[in-house]
Amino acid sequence: MSTAIKIEEKLFQNRYRVDAGRPHIAIKDPDVCAHQCKSQQCTVCCPAGCYTAEGNGAIALITDGCLECGTCRVICTEHRNVAWEYPRGGYGILFKFG
Amino acid sequence: MAEKFDAIVVGAGPSGNAAAYTLAKSGLKVLQIERGEYPGSKNVQGAILYADALERIIPDFRDDAPLERHIIEQRMWVLDDDSFVGTHYRSDGFNKPPYNRYTIIRAQFDKWFSGKVQQAGALLICETTVTDLLMDGPRVVGVRTDREGGSIYADVVILADGVNSVLARKAGFRPELDPGDVALAVKEIHFMPEEVVESRFNVADGAGVVIEMFGKITQGMMGTGFLYTNKDSITVGVGCMLSDFKAQQCSPYKLLEEMKAHPSIRPLLEGGEMKEYCAHLIPEGGYKAMPQLYGEGWMIVGDSGMFVNAVHREGSNLAMTTGRIAAETVIEVLAAGKACTAGNLSRYRAKLDDSFVMKDLKKYRELPGIFHRNPQFFTDYPELLNRAAHTMLKVDGIDKKTKEREIRRTFTRKRSLFGLMGDAFKLWRAFE
Ligand SMILES: Cc1cc2nc3c(=O)[nH]c(=O)nc-3n(C[C@H](O)[C@H](O)[C@H](O)COP(=O)(O)OP(=O)(O)OC[C@H]3O[C@@H](n4cnc5c(N)ncnc54)[C@H](O)[C@@H]3O)c2cc1C
Ligand code: SF4
Ligand code: SF4
Repeated sequence: MSTAIKIEEKLFQNRYRVDAGRPHIAIKDPDVCAHQCKSQQCTVCCPAGCYTAEGNGAIALITDGCLECGTCRVICTEHRNVAWEYPRGGYGILFKFG
Repeated sequence: MAEKFDAIVVGAGPSGNAAAYTLAKSGLKVLQIERGEYPGSKNVQGAILYADALERIIPDFRDDAPLERHIIEQRMWVLDDDSFVGTHYRSDGFNKPPYNRYTIIRAQFDKWFSGKVQQAGALLICETTVTDLLMDGPRVVGVRTDREGGSIYADVVILADGVNSVLARKAGFRPELDPGDVALAVKEIHFMPEEVVESRFNVADGAGVVIEMFGKITQGMMGTGFLYTNKDSITVGVGCMLSDFKAQQCSPYKLLEEMKAHPSIRPLLEGGEMKEYCAHLIPEGGYKAMPQLYGEGWMIVGDSGMFVNAVHREGSNLAMTTGRIAAETVIEVLAAGKACTAGNLSRYRAKLDDSFVMKDLKKYRELPGIFHRNPQFFTDYPELLNRAAHTMLKVDGIDKKTKEREIRRTFTRKRSLFGLMGDAFKLWRAFE
């Protein structure tokens, strides 16, 4: 049996109130991701697949599916390149069950 | 002029609710601030509720709390790629009220607990994120929120804001989390008819089963899997240390997907409808990773203070207990007409040291380190155990004595006899 799964299919089950145009997480310096970070662990360890490696080494971050876990901030140990806040009150993931 | 409260509690998870409830019940003027749409909407747990901690706060909680199933059977599985060796402990003693452990669904449970907090007289505001602590020199005097005109003052601020505690970090009360001190857990909930849950797990009348798992499912990382029965759903999840996720470049949702496909797990989820996927950190660094817990006008409770006993999967009970004890300390200080200075709040730490909270965490303080330095507990041993069982149980004309010799040989081939004994000793010392 194949276990290939698209993360989008999982996130599709979740409820979100997206704060359009106000992402709560940002990459501080995109050049650091592109040129200094070899492992780019955020692209595999984010449980919502919010970070993707573009072909040219750059990292794209889209926080719409974010589960607000904190992983990306904690694991970016070498460069501390993630500016991480909670969304504004009431926005973001809304767990139905948790 | 901004309003002033006796206490502000940041967060409405189990620690914040326990604190706010205890404070409000004693007649203090309490404000509780929660960033979620409602309490629970940001929170994730397995989730096992230990009755004792809640009973000490709300003795009659069983009357109306949303409880899923009481646990009568605990399974412990050690998995290889396509097998497991396990123990089941089932007791009718656990099937007699008052029950000791329940499964819960956090979004519902937190909402219920919060209702009790509000009935006790605390003021709750939701959909509001606390962005900063207000300082007067070294003293915390209140909080700033993301609402307009959002500065609010109090004698003491209790940080019950969970594992990420942005506030404690910004204020310098705590350093950034170390990836070796936190686990990332991902989980899903699968719905199916109540009768299916009951027949699949051989239970009836609201009884339930929990399965804790380790071995190959964590793909060599330090961590565990779990599967819990709710009323008409099953929770399945896996958690591993963030340092391991990072080192192995492992995708958490792929890990969960592969675990669900294990031939011993898949049939238990058969036909279920997946309705939510969650992720959350668990502070597992234990006693040695604990930050300063109080200061001038502030206290830290629950996950924010790293109060989790990873060995026994206890977190919510420590959260409730630390919340309650912090509140009791504040009540005493204010009743004596004193200020919430660090000196006066230090009773909080003393009371914790005296309670099961610190005693347990201290007891296991060496374990996280041992597991970090000895990955064989999560790799070689599960495999060896399963192979041993397979060898012994397979009927193939080879005599049992020869089989035993073969098992002993594979064990020592993987790990020297000295290593095996050393591991047993290390574990014994850490659990002792
Ligand atoms: C997958 C998983 C399984 C677990 N299983 C178990 C188990 O079976 N049994 C057990 O006892 N424990 C378990 N735990 C641990 C348990 O969930 C935690 O220990 C417990 O939730 C801690 O409670 P808390 O109140 O300290 O923090 P939380 O429950 O995280 O609550 C913190 C609250 O503060 C709010 N908040 C945070 N920052 C702000 C801010 N700036 N402004 C306003 N509000 C804010 C959050 O929205 C949240 O409501 C598990 C944890 C996980 C992740
Ligand atoms: S781990 Fe940090 S520095 Fe590296 S790519 Fe990700 S965000 Fe950038
Ligand atoms: S907080 Fe968690 S879910 Fe959100 S982007 Fe970071 S790693 Fe991904």
